[in-house]
Amino acid sequence: MKGGAIDMSKLDPILTKHEGQKEALISVLQEVQGEFGYVPEEAIERIADALKLFPSQVYGVVTFYSQFYLTPRGRNTIRVCRGTDCHVQRTTSLLAAIEQTLGIKEGETTDDLRFSLEPATCLGKCSLAPVIMVNRDYYGKIVPRELETILKRYE
Amino acid sequence: MEQITLSLNGSQVNGRPGTTILDLAQQNGIHIPTLCHDPHLIPIGACRVCLVENEATGALLASCVTPIAPGMVINTESPKVLEARRTVVELLLASHPDSCIICDKGNRCQLRKIASDLEIGQVRFGKTRHYYPIEDTNPFLERDLSKCILCGKCIRGCQELQGAWAIDYAYRGFDSKPATSLEVPLEQSPCEFCGLCVSLCPTGALYEKMRKYKGRETKRVRTICPFCGCGCGIYLELRDQEVIGVSADAENPVNKISLCVKGRYGYDFINHGDRLKKPLIRKNGELEEASWEEALDLVASKLEQIRGESGADSIACLSSAKSTNEENYLLQKFARAVIGTNNVDHCARLCHSVTVAGLAISFGSGAMTNSIAEIEDADVILITGSNTTETHPIIALRVRRAVMKGAKLIVIDPRKIDITKYATLWLSQNPGTDVAWLNGLMHIIIEEDLWDKDYVEKRTEKFEELRETVKKYTPDFVEGISGIPQDRLREAARIYASGERATILYSMGITQHTTGTDNVKSIANLAMLCGNVGIESGGVNPLRGQNNMQGACDMGALPNVLPGYQRLSDQEAAPKFEKAWGRRLPANSGLTVVETMRAAEEGKIRAMYIMGENPMISDPDLKHVEAALKKLDFLVVQDIFLTETAQLAHVVLPSVTFAEKDGTFTNTERRVQRIREAIDPIAEARPDWQIICQLASRMGYKMNYEHPSQIMEEIAKLTPSYGGIYYDRLEKEGLQWPCPNRDHPGTRYLHKDRFTRGLGLFQAVEYIPPAETPDEDYPYILSTGRVLYHYHAGSMSRRCQGLDEIYPESLAEINPSDAQELGVEDGEMVRIASRRGEVEVKAKVTERAPKGVVFMNFHFNEAAANILTNPALDPVGKIPEYKVCAVRMEKA
Repeated sequence: MKGGAIDMSKLDPILTKHEGQKEALISVLQEVQGEFGYVPEEAIERIADALKLFPSQVYGVVTFYSQFYLTPRGRNTIRVCRGTDCHVQRTTSLLAAIEQTLGIKEGETTDDLRFSLEPATCLGKCSLAPVIMVNRDYYGKIVPRELETILKRYE
Repeated sequence: MEQITLSLNGSQVNGRPGTTILDLAQQNGIHIPTLCHDPHLIPIGACRVCLVENEATGALLASCVTPIAPGMVINTESPKVLEARRTVVELLLASHPDSCIICDKGNRCQLRKIASDLEIGQVRFGKTRHYYPIEDTNPFLERDLSKCILCGKCIRGCQELQGAWAIDYAYRGFDSKPATSLEVPLEQSPCEFCGLCVSLCPTGALYEKMRKYKGRETKRVRTICPFCGCGCGIYLELRDQEVIGVSADAENPVNKISLCVKGRYGYDFINHGDRLKKPLIRKNGELEEASWEEALDLVASKLEQIRGESGADSIACLSSAKSTNEENYLLQKFARAVIGTNNVDHCARLCHSVTVAGLAISFGSGAMTNSIAEIEDADVILITGSNTTETHPIIALRVRRAVMKGAKLIVIDPRKIDITKYATLWLSQNPGTDVAWLNGLMHIIIEEDLWDKDYVEKRTEKFEELRETVKKYTPDFVEGISGIPQDRLREAARIYASGERATILYSMGITQHTTGTDNVKSIANLAMLCGNVGIESGGVNPLRGQNNMQGACDMGALPNVLPGYQRLSDQEAAPKFEKAWGRRLPANSGLTVVETMRAAEEGKIRAMYIMGENPMISDPDLKHVEAALKKLDFLVVQDIFLTETAQLAHVVLPSVTFAEKDGTFTNTERRVQRIREAIDPIAEARPDWQIICQLASRMGYKMNYEHPSQIMEEIAKLTPSYGGIYYDRLEKEGLQWPCPNRDHPGTRYLHKDRFTRGLGLFQAVEYIPPAETPDEDYPYILSTGRVLYHYHAGSMSRRCQGLDEIYPESLAEINPSDAQELGVEDGEMVRIASRRGEVEVKAKVTERAPKGVVFMNFHFNEAAANILTNPALDPVGKIPEYKVCAVRMEKA
């Protein structure tokens, strides 16, 4: 598994705090994801037990919200805008270039957990099209050859 | 009652406030199509097929969730409605495969039916398909989610009714689907294979594996499930002479639309090739086929010969908690009137004899005080010594639903059984220390002044003696014996005492001890102390194990009482029976099951007649049972299969299953219900009642009955509690005894206003340790019981394909720390030995078993737990101590 064994004891303080609070499920999932970077599969039954829920309910909520991940995420998240303006300005070629450089497809994470590549419907910076975003930084009006320098900034 | 008036398809109609438009339409004979609606589920208005128009406002309303209101002008088929309905169905069809021709659901598909009613042919939308693999790795059901229309019925059934929560919605929007956690296959999820989801599914997304492509049934017969004491109503679905499926009888108050895995999928033993087809007689050491004439003549002459030589008391009969009331009645009549002995007993001796004894003394009547349906409305439930989920699945559903409604559940059981998942509090006591913790609870309740003084004063007697006895059972003292931490015991006492309608459910974890009668008395004490007997939903509820365990006891298949628990010494009852039966009755009590075996080993019992029981698996200390049976001069076994016991017989008589005869079973809540002949007897097999009659005639005693209903008429005349029970009254629904006369509606709960014996009797008891406790040589405790997928000695359930596939072999549950000490891994073989014998069995390493305790089920002859168990008996009920014996374990 990517990233090796995980320390499940990190769950304890989160679960103790919310013992028996069914309604706290989403906050608990966010805290768990904050701790591990994702919601480990092994955590689901423990979360259900602590909150007096059933594992199927927890899994239902995890899969409902796009903010929760069941697999480890990269340390850095790249989003390539798929909005109309960006599309016209050929972000598709940017996406292809990133996919080739990192050896992953949209929605995937590199083996070294350095990058995750995520779809974005619109990043809201149409004036700068084509736009990509790494973590919280925007990069506008870029061409594929600039990518290497940009990605180098993120470890 | 207030009524609301509105217009429905042009007519003025009335309905009660709160009625939905859908219900009102149905009441008025107007059909509205639905896909996500089922009357047993909470409506959610998801599918939008039931849309109707309120012409007063022009609004389209989902009729299943919209309550009626004054002034509504409802049209269920306006052009607007039909257009909307068509669009909804077309959208569903757009993502539905066109594979109807090979779909097992065929013409039963609701989606297809509704599409056809709406005259939908080609769909105007482009096809957007889901592609999901078919999930078929379990033996019972297959899931093809590409046909799922997301009505949510499977999910809601699993959650609201079954309380298993194996599945929930996962993902979002078009990707939504019902899924287990992490999408593991059902057999790795909490799914219990009750099959409710399949029965609710409107399309072919869920279907029964064993029934696939078997086509539609040609006939359905309403009857009662033959597994366990719940007594669920079922329909046997037949294609000619073959049972091809089972569905729930939604009219039956016990189970409504629910069933368990055995009830729904355990039917293939009926037509199994192993069924006995002809009588067998042992000739030159081998069992050979014979004619009925020859077999019956031989049995009659041998029994007469042995009676002539050694007296009637050298013969013993074992009756069966699996056979009907009528057959149990006849067998005890056969023993008493034809043979002339009270040596008749059955396996209730091994399960609940101490309940009958203990509760009869405390309350005057030894049965469940309440009905199964009432459990759902209890506010506190104490379960002890009952693995309810596995042994009484449908009762467990009521418990789960009560918890979902807010009831508090206390479980006191050494093992972390499934129902603990739903518990407010679970306490694990040391096996065999029940009197101690029960006295401890009462000590706390009295000390903290939580008892019901008014009730105790008005309705009970001998309280002061109880108060004296429990004085020394302080939480500290009890912790030392039971291992239950003091504060937890205190919490349990407070929760129990806080209940307005607290009920206690118990089963063999309480009874199968040398102190079984004491345990039962203590439970009765606790319930009376808090005023919890004689009220709706609150009470003392022993869960009887087999389908007709209650009935077999009621019918007097017991060595010390006549039908209806009338005493042999009763000056009125005994002559009544003598007059009706035309014979002098033997006066002395007969021998109980284990005593019979001992007497046989000593040569005092020379012949046994066993109907539908398999002591070679079910009795304690099997080595001695085998020696006893082999020593008999004559053994007759009447059964549906060549069981381990039948293999030792001199004559084997083939009888029929519940599907091939008429009769009645009495379930654990005292409900007498009809079973009905669905198919002809297999080969030459005959119903037990006919065999007994034919045998009696050969022995010079006429038993003339043309139908079991005539036997029930005789029972009603002689048995006060069954006095009003006649077949014509049982057609629609069962009757709960006591039902003393033809006009009596039956009794839902007992001891209302007055105990059967008058005042409730407190019986103070002291704690006594189990007969055999762990020592250096045998350091572990062995406890035995059942598992969900099997039934009693396994002769039926092990011949059901699905049940056998999902649970094919015995597993011994061992705590991880014990396993580590023994160096045994999960799935490895262990050798378990007691002072009486040893077995090899596969280990299941699990937290379910507490440290120091190993649990085995007794269904499998290859690893027969009863080779190990201790035949030490409770002095009153004569029940053996199945739940505690000392063993040692090693890696095999």
